[in-house]
Amino acid sequence: MTVSGASCAKAEISFTVNGKAKTLCAYPMERLLDVLRQQLQLTGTKEGCGEGECGSCAVLMDGMLVNSCLVPVFQAEGSSLVTIEGLASGETLHLVQEAFLECGGAQCGICTPGMILAACHLLNGKPETTMDEIREGLSGNLCRCTGYSQIVEAVAEAVRRRMTV
Amino acid sequence: MNSNSIVGRAVPRKEGRDKVTGKSQYVDDLVLPNMLFGATVRSQIPRGRIRNITFGSGIDWDEFVIVSAKDIPGKNCIALIGDDQPCLANEVVNHPEEPVLLLAHPDRHLLPKAVEAVSIEYDPLPAVFTIEDSERGSDIVWGEDNIFKTYLIEKGDVDGVWDKADHIVEGEYTTGAQEQLYIENNGMIAAFDAAEGITVWGSLQCPYYIHKALMTLCALPAEKVRVVQMETGGAFGGKEEYPSMIAAHTALLAIKSGNPVKIIYDRMEDMAATTKRHPSRTRHRTAISKDGKILGGEIDFTIDGGAYLTLSPVVLSRGAIHAGGPYYWPSVRIHATAVATNAPPHGAFRGFGAPQSLFAMERHMDRIARAVGLSPVEIRRRNFLQPGQSTTTEQVVREPIDLGKLLDRALEVSDYHAKKQGFAKGNQVGATRKGMGIAAFLHGAGFTGSGERYLSSVVGVEGCADGTVRVLVSSTEFGQGTKTVLSQIAAEALGLPYENVGMAQPDTLEVPNSGPTVASRTVMVVGKLVQSAALGIRQTLISSNLLSDTYTAGEFRVACENYVAAHGEFRSWSRYEAPSDIFWDDQKYRGEAYAAFAWAVYIAEVTVDLTTYSVSVDDFVALQEVGKVLHPLLARGQIIGGVAQAIGFSLYEKVVWQNGRMQNSQMTNYIIPTSSDLPPIRVHFEELGNVYGAYGAKGIGELPMDGPAPAIVNAVQDALGVYFNSIPLLPEDIMDGLSSSSQDNDVVSAGRVQ
Repeated sequence: MTVSGASCAKAEISFTVNGKAKTLCAYPMERLLDVLRQQLQLTGTKEGCGEGECGSCAVLMDGMLVNSCLVPVFQAEGSSLVTIEGLASGETLHLVQEAFLECGGAQCGICTPGMILAACHLLNGKPETTMDEIREGLSGNLCRCTGYSQIVEAVAEAVRRRMTV
Repeated sequence: MNSNSIVGRAVPRKEGRDKVTGKSQYVDDLVLPNMLFGATVRSQIPRGRIRNITFGSGIDWDEFVIVSAKDIPGKNCIALIGDDQPCLANEVVNHPEEPVLLLAHPDRHLLPKAVEAVSIEYDPLPAVFTIEDSERGSDIVWGEDNIFKTYLIEKGDVDGVWDKADHIVEGEYTTGAQEQLYIENNGMIAAFDAAEGITVWGSLQCPYYIHKALMTLCALPAEKVRVVQMETGGAFGGKEEYPSMIAAHTALLAIKSGNPVKIIYDRMEDMAATTKRHPSRTRHRTAISKDGKILGGEIDFTIDGGAYLTLSPVVLSRGAIHAGGPYYWPSVRIHATAVATNAPPHGAFRGFGAPQSLFAMERHMDRIARAVGLSPVEIRRRNFLQPGQSTTTEQVVREPIDLGKLLDRALEVSDYHAKKQGFAKGNQVGATRKGMGIAAFLHGAGFTGSGERYLSSVVGVEGCADGTVRVLVSSTEFGQGTKTVLSQIAAEALGLPYENVGMAQPDTLEVPNSGPTVASRTVMVVGKLVQSAALGIRQTLISSNLLSDTYTAGEFRVACENYVAAHGEFRSWSRYEAPSDIFWDDQKYRGEAYAAFAWAVYIAEVTVDLTTYSVSVDDFVALQEVGKVLHPLLARGQIIGGVAQAIGFSLYEKVVWQNGRMQNSQMTNYIIPTSSDLPPIRVHFEELGNVYGAYGAKGIGELPMDGPAPAIVNAVQDALGVYFNSIPLLPEDIMDGLSSSSQDNDVVSAGRVQ
């Protein structure tokens, strides 16, 4: 659903995205997804369903995994956001990104940003995740290409690599 | 192939890095200056004559660009096989999602309200919604008889077999519509310039289908239509034809407004309005000898095409040719029909008719097994096609395929016999029942019959000024790995590192027409052409004395640079030529239907919960022979992804229809499998090699969609002893089936059983 803010006034909203402080003007009920994509040009966050079912628009908000299509932007006031653009440091990929690349975790790529952030969230909460926990932990993110096996394997590989670092 | 081979290795996905970092540009990520947003006003009724259109109050209509059928510069149709589907309805609507008007505005948030404010009055006309209603013909909604297309495949003397039969087994099987549910919704951007013509950028599979449709619609010559594919977030056939419609709509708005226009569907519009898998009904009547051999049979295959012709004739053709499965039929008559209804047109979806007719065939084999008193394993073994025998279209199997051996391997890796024995004992108690099911099947790669000859695909390979190489094809990447595998093939042919080969973005201004990216044809057919075009580059450099027969990557780079410096643009082209030994008769529907078949045996293990009636797939073995596997990681990913979609097709995904309209067009109520619903899917490849494809590869993309549904339903039958002949098979269907405890007796002709 698209929430039109045409009838109410814009407000000044501040938050941090990928470590950078941002202040912008937006309708309070605008979707965080639209603000990220349209105002901040962070187009790595994708819209799949617009109703919180598919997880393609997932971002980290103060460490929590949220579907940005369901978050009115005023709720993000003062928060710290991480999008897919904030994971790699320069040319060095995050280890989850690296594992997705090597294990075939990305096919068409549209669910990939949300899926990778969901995986990061899972690993942050539970560093020694089992395969079943990975399957359960990613079940809020839909993928139509992979049948999930190679995504689950990628996350397991990231877990393994992090343990050995 | 030596140990340095690039084919056969899991090289990094070409565009993989951009995908995992979020840098890939999909159509909705592209913003052009002064761009407007477009929306579509659709009919709300299944069939009727438009009487009046009114624009409601509360909207400043002067701010909107409004396009109707009258604004179309050329022919009002989406040109494909036929020209029957209008771009915008003019006088009559034929399904409830038919586009009638287009709106555009700079603020995309204002469009939904404006669409709602348009009201269309109709004089309703009678509509039909099922195959049976359409066949009855009391209301004619398309042509003279509601029939889009029929085929008749005849082999041997079917009429003579019934008297010789020890058993005659009949059955009727149906499959439902299925939504492709790519996670990226359909979308397109168009820009118009009087001098340069129309350009569209979009999420799409087939740039040249759109090119043709826009030429017809806009009355523009080929050079004034340009189609560019953006990164595409899944397609599965769902972006084969409908993108032509959306491209047409954005083009009309761009021409009228003078601004670039973007249309992005939301999920509900995408699910409701765009194409889905054809619902089907298959009837089998089969004559069987007492030792379980097929003597002959009649197969009646019917699909619901929806309101317009679109691709239904081709879907029907593939379904009909695959209807006999991987078995030897001494005689057979396959009668196939595509009928019209007042639903949105059904279209391409991975498998393209074959999953429907193979579901019927493989369910029917289990029924035959029961009638004859043989096991599901044995009935298949006794009827498998052997090299030298011919298919239903009398195509002689020339590959050294041994289906019995594939079956043995699948039984072994799935631990079939031990499990089946264990379940037979363990199934007597408790609140769950377990079962094992088998499906054996085949999938033809490439266009059917003369299709590839008509397509006459062209591929280019370019030696660039900087000494690198670029592959020029209209074949698109939408997750399956086109860019990676075609680069591997070119690199292998040229003896260059994979990294030295790039892919041109599909853009009709730049790439030749290598045909549509469909029909499991990209690796086998287009890949072969890439191989030969790449060899052309090498030959030219060698015959120009710039390169010796053996060379390093550095030497190649220098030679290539020197060639371009001396001669300018350096491109090598390769055009498809049909192998001389391939024969196909379009009239009799007889001959070499496909240059190669992939073969497979899949085995499903299921548990049925007797409290919730839900089915879980506990283990799944997917064993196939697909020729040479060019990229093991991508190939395995294709198989697992296809199996997952087919598990959805079997057990979850039900399109609920009311008066031709999808009622559950949301991810909330149309359920696809999640990561926690799926079993480990165990993939095994047997490699025989195929002379036609690049480095011996055959098509692979569609194959895994064909087998899981019958394997799973066969397993449910094994668990419960109840016959289910329709998919999707939902818990409520299982509850109904168990309470009516439907037996198979009614479908085996009296007097001929045992």
